[in-house]
Amino acid sequence: MTQTNEDLLDDDLIEHAPVKEELRRRLVKGPDGVEFEVEPLRDYYCEAPPTVMPAAYSKIIEGLFNWARAESLWILGFGTGCGAIEMRPLMTPRFDAYRYGIQWRPTPRQSNLFVISGYLSVKTLKRVIRSYEQMPNPKYVVGLGSCTINGGMYFDSYNTITRLDEYLPVDVYITGCMPRPEALLAGFEELKRIVRAGKGEGANQYAERFDWYKANQKRVIHDWDMPDYNW
Amino acid sequence: MAYQADRSQYPSRRPDGSLDIDLSSGKYLKLWQGPQHPGITGNMSVELTVCGDEVVEGKTHVGYLHRGFEKLMERRTFIQCFPIVCRICVPEPDFNEYCYAAAVEELAGLEVPERADWIRTLILEMGRINSYLMYLGGQAGALGQGVIGQWTTYVRDLMLDRFEELSGARIYHMFIMPGGVRDGLPDGFDQRMEETLREIESTLADVKDVMFQNAVFKKRTVGLGYIDPAIVDQYGVTGPTARAAGVAKDVRRDQPYLVYPELDFEPVVGQDSDVFTRADVRRRDLLMSVDLIRQILARMPRSGAVMAPLPNVLHWKIPFGETYICGECSRGEYGYYLVTDGSGYPRRVNVRGPSYTHAMALLERLIVNCNISDVAALMVSLHTYPPEIER
Amino acid sequence: MLRELYEQLKGRFPLGELSEKRPDLAFITLPREQLRPVLLHLRDQEGFTHLVLLTAVDWIEDDRFQLTYLLHDRQGARDIGLRVMLSRQAVIEGAPMESIHDLWPTAATYQRELREMFGIDFPDSPGVNEDFILEGWREIPPYRRDFDTLKYSNETFAPRPGRESQDPAQHMKAQLYPDGA
Repeated sequence: MTQTNEDLLDDDLIEHAPVKEELRRRLVKGPDGVEFEVEPLRDYYCEAPPTVMPAAYSKIIEGLFNWARAESLWILGFGTGCGAIEMRPLMTPRFDAYRYGIQWRPTPRQSNLFVISGYLSVKTLKRVIRSYEQMPNPKYVVGLGSCTINGGMYFDSYNTITRLDEYLPVDVYITGCMPRPEALLAGFEELKRIVRAGKGEGANQYAERFDWYKANQKRVIHDWDMPDYNW
Repeated sequence: MAYQADRSQYPSRRPDGSLDIDLSSGKYLKLWQGPQHPGITGNMSVELTVCGDEVVEGKTHVGYLHRGFEKLMERRTFIQCFPIVCRICVPEPDFNEYCYAAAVEELAGLEVPERADWIRTLILEMGRINSYLMYLGGQAGALGQGVIGQWTTYVRDLMLDRFEELSGARIYHMFIMPGGVRDGLPDGFDQRMEETLREIESTLADVKDVMFQNAVFKKRTVGLGYIDPAIVDQYGVTGPTARAAGVAKDVRRDQPYLVYPELDFEPVVGQDSDVFTRADVRRRDLLMSVDLIRQILARMPRSGAVMAPLPNVLHWKIPFGETYICGECSRGEYGYYLVTDGSGYPRRVNVRGPSYTHAMALLERLIVNCNISDVAALMVSLHTYPPEIER
Repeated sequence: MLRELYEQLKGRFPLGELSEKRPDLAFITLPREQLRPVLLHLRDQEGFTHLVLLTAVDWIEDDRFQLTYLLHDRQGARDIGLRVMLSRQAVIEGAPMESIHDLWPTAATYQRELREMFGIDFPDSPGVNEDFILEGWREIPPYRRDFDTLKYSNETFAPRPGRESQDPAQHMKAQLYPDGA
């Protein structure tokens, strides 16, 4: 981590974007009359940068882990773009992704697969990074639709990113605009193969190249009012 | 005895009408519902300030889906705009295609063949059914009834199959283009459509029994989110939300477009203007769409051209002008304001999505004094789709 | 139908020209001082109670911003658009425009969008200076004609190599007539 939280608080925040009221350091008086200081950007986040998760001590154990991981892909229920509309048929009896061990969770703390469903505007990218960093290791990212690959229809838009892998490590891309549920299932099967082979190293890659990812993210997100890593 | 909420802790108002909320007093809590939240309609968020479990202030934040369509269309030719407009609104994309095509035709002076008009009406009604089915699932889901969503998604899939055999795509059909439609109906379409409609009707009968007769659903939705008919016009409320308030506002009847003058229908109107009535109005409107599709299939011409001859689209210049085209989509009045300047590119396009007024000004008004657990149901009942707010 | 209304209005307010588009749609240009009285008259006397949309058009060649207020009359099933021309240069320098949020509460949202996307200021409108759609935007407002979205995207978002885009007319010409005939 090149920049500590201290720097971030003092320089970046105050210079570029005024800190939102609820993020400012303040004295709070509880209902019981006790006063205490709250500094949301410090108090609510862990400051430690991400670390590389080593493989298990034995190849057999690691293989078992990978098999288990591949068979329980839990998707974070965050519809970031229009691809989210094809998630609903996948959850229902006709396509029934549950039979492959794929299910949807409402919170990042319970999920290990982030499906970026389509174009990402800069505003959403900020929320996506936060959600991604809150997911426990190991975690995977699937980019859905042409617009995550090279911008697709929105290659010239001023508000959507054109390449997802500049900002997050991507395991599988699914092409199409929009990809059909069958294509999504095929993509998830492909991801399973990758994970079972022990190649789903997205989270470790993110930890290793953390500075590079952060630099890219900060280049497009101008009002960066959160700590560098908010696990 | 009726439950009396304890409002002694509630914020007072400043002279200018805004709420005097002091976050460090410890009485209030800021709670973000969305963008990553199961109880939100798509990718948007509502910033709630709560006191106890009651909302004292709500603020809608949008912009998570902004792609700048209105800018992108300014640097695409008229025919290049046609494949991108449908992406503005995902669950009911056909309205974008129709409004854009109709606006271009009016400014360019194109005459659309009659058969194309019938097919366009058919597609718009099919899209409306899809959109309502999604809504019913969402409305029940927001109150914890997951099974309705499972059923309606299944029948919606059947309707998507009809779309697929018609246009080759499930979601983005790109079927209505300036000048007409891409093709006629495939062989045997009527019969398969009839089977789908029967399936939808039988599912809706089940939905009526399980959802609308459900005591929990009734208890939680009757009286929730009341919209005064007097503010309907002030707040730009249109569509089923306005009709549920007893305001019989339906563009299909008021300013008829396509072949609606020849079809036999009456706008569905409700009385009580609460979440339950809005759901019920949409269910009945859905049944009306089923009826309309039957009428269309029975009466539409089966032969003839479906496309007007277009000029060379690579050098297609449209003379100076401006127009506004609107239609009744499943959420309300959907409109396109198109300005041309004599070049091969639109000068300005403005999309009037009904959610624009519903999700911002109206929701912020209705959400006050609502219980946190009812916020999701209230939001879904306005049937907002965020992509059409920010385009 | 709308011509009659225009003649009536013309007797009371100094108006610009009328352009009829359809029997149920017409646009009237009017000076900006007349905007509020005409809006009030249309809303309270003529039944145009529904504000359909409020948007702007950038006529950069003529140094003008056009504001369009589109109103709908439910009983008469007709729409009328009011066009107000603003000096573009003055707007860029920060000239304010009157807000109509007290006539229609929804206008505040439209005005917030115009402030962000065109840089037209409506100082009285509630919350007009808050971020609406964009977040941390540093360039000129994006819907203005002189903002080049492709250039901005290429500079900011690291496009993936290998994607080409051509002008369709030029491309087809090269395909159909390779010898340049």
